[in-house]
Amino acid sequence: MAPIPGSGLAKGLAVTLRTMTKKSVTDQYPEAQPELPPRTRGVIGLFEENCTVCMLCARECPDWCIYIDSHKETVPPATPGGRERSRNVLDRFAIDFSLCMYCGICIEVCPFDALFWSPEFEYAETDIRDLTHERDKLREWMWTVPAPPALDSGAEEPKELAAARRTADKLAQQQAEQARQEERE
Amino acid sequence: MNDVLDVTLRLLLVFVVFLTFPLIVGQTEHKVMAHMQGRVGPMYAGGFHGWAQLIADGVKFAQKEDVVPAGADRRVFQLAPAVALLPYLLVLLAIPIGPGEGAVGQVLDAGVFFVLAVMGVGVLGSLMAGWASANKFSLLGGLRTAAQLLAYELPMLLAAASVAMAAGTVSLTGILDAFEWWWLPWQITGALVFFIAGLAELQRPPFDMPVADSEIIFGAYTEYTGLRFALFLLAEYAGIVVLCGLTTVLFLGGWHGPWGADGLGWVWTLLKTAVLAFIVIWLRVTYPRLREDQLQKFSWTLLVPLALAQIALTGIVKVVFL
Repeated sequence: MAPIPGSGLAKGLAVTLRTMTKKSVTDQYPEAQPELPPRTRGVIGLFEENCTVCMLCARECPDWCIYIDSHKETVPPATPGGRERSRNVLDRFAIDFSLCMYCGICIEVCPFDALFWSPEFEYAETDIRDLTHERDKLREWMWTVPAPPALDSGAEEPKELAAARRTADKLAQQQAEQARQEERE
Repeated sequence: MNDVLDVTLRLLLVFVVFLTFPLIVGQTEHKVMAHMQGRVGPMYAGGFHGWAQLIADGVKFAQKEDVVPAGADRRVFQLAPAVALLPYLLVLLAIPIGPGEGAVGQVLDAGVFFVLAVMGVGVLGSLMAGWASANKFSLLGGLRTAAQLLAYELPMLLAAASVAMAAGTVSLTGILDAFEWWWLPWQITGALVFFIAGLAELQRPPFDMPVADSEIIFGAYTEYTGLRFALFLLAEYAGIVVLCGLTTVLFLGGWHGPWGADGLGWVWTLLKTAVLAFIVIWLRVTYPRLREDQLQKFSWTLLVPLALAQIALTGIVKVVFL
C-alpha cells in the first residue's frame, strides 16, 4: 500500500515532539561530575616504587613524550665478602601530555607494573608547557587508580604474595631457631 | 485630557508588548528547539535556566562596532533595519486582543487591508538591506526575498479575503464580532494557507531560502553587525508574534472561547497566539529548508489554488446557506 501523502511530515513532527518530552542527554559538567566507568583512561599515573628505570616505556613511546633521568648507586654487599651491587635511582620521570596521544603502549610494555591508567581527567593548563607533568604529580595520580579486580576464588596466590610469605616464613624460622639455641646455652 | 491619557496608555501598552513578546518567543525558541534536539539550551545567563540569555545577547550586540561596508549605500543600509522592524509595531497596534473597543490599540475600519499592506512593507527592509550592502550574497538574498514576497503575498491575501467575505467586513474587530465556532472547520483550509504563507513571508525555516546560511552566508543580513543586526532578528520574532496574532484573530476566533469570553477574552487570544508561536518553532526544528524552486512551486501550484478553492467554498456557503 502506498503511504498516505504527508505521513512523512507528520512523522517528522512526532519525532521532534517526542524528543522534547524526553530527558535531554546534556551533562552539566562543571556543576556535576560526569559518571565515568571506573577504569576510564584519563591520565597515566606512575607507581615510582616499582620503576627500575629500564627505559622501555620511553623507548616504546610513539611520540617520545616520556622523559627519564637516573643515576647509578652502589649498594654495599649483602653478605660479608660479597660483591657490591649497583642499582638505578630515578631522578626525573615526566610525561608531556601535550604530546601524549594516550595510546597506552607505555603501560602495556612496563614489565614492573609501574605505569597505570588513572580515571583522573581534570588536568588542563593555561600554558602548553605546563602540561609536562613531573613525577610527583604522576605519583599523586596513582592514588586515583582503582584497585585491581579481585582474583577468582580458588585461583593461585599472586606471585608477589607467595614470595613475601616465603621470605617471612624463612625469617620466622630463623628467629625461632636462634631463640632455641639461646635457650640451650 | 482624558483622551490624551487614553491614547498614551494604549501606545505605551502596545510598545511594551512589542518589546517583550518577541523576546519571550525568542527565549521559548531557544529552549524548545534545544529540548527537541535532546539538549537543554541556555542555562547560565540570569541564573534560572538561562532566562536572561536574550538580554545578554542584546548587551553583546550593543557593544559591537557598527560597521558599514565601504561600497555600501550608506543611508539605505542604515535605514533598512528600521524599515524591517517598524511595520510590525504598526500592525500590533491594530490587533484586537479582547472584545469591545477597549482591548485594541486602534480600531481601524479597514483592519485587514491595513494589516496586510503594512506587513508587506516589512519585507522591503530585507530588500533594501540586500541592495544597499554592495555584496553579491546580500543581493541574492534580497532577490530571493522579493521572489518569495511575490509568491506568498497572493495566497495570504486570498485567504484573508475569504474570512472578510465570510464576515462581510474588513474590520478586524468586526470579523471577531461575527465569528461563530463553525467558522473553524469552514475556514480551515484558508487558515492553513494563511499561516504557511505568513511563515514564508517571515522567512522562517523551512522557508528560509533568502537567508540560507549554507549557500549565501546570511542573505541580505550578511554585512550587518551589532545593533542593526539585532534589529533584523527582533523583526523576525516580532513578525512571529504578529503572524500568530493575526491568524488567531482571523481564523481561530481571537477572544472567543468555550467559556469566559466576558472577562477572560484576552487570555484566549494570548493562549492561541502562544500555541501558534510554538507551532512556528516546532516546524522550524522539524523540517529542512525548501529549495528555491520547490519554494516557488509550493506556493503557485498548491497554496494559490487552495486559497482560491477556499474563496469559492466561502462564497457558496455564504450564498446558499446564510
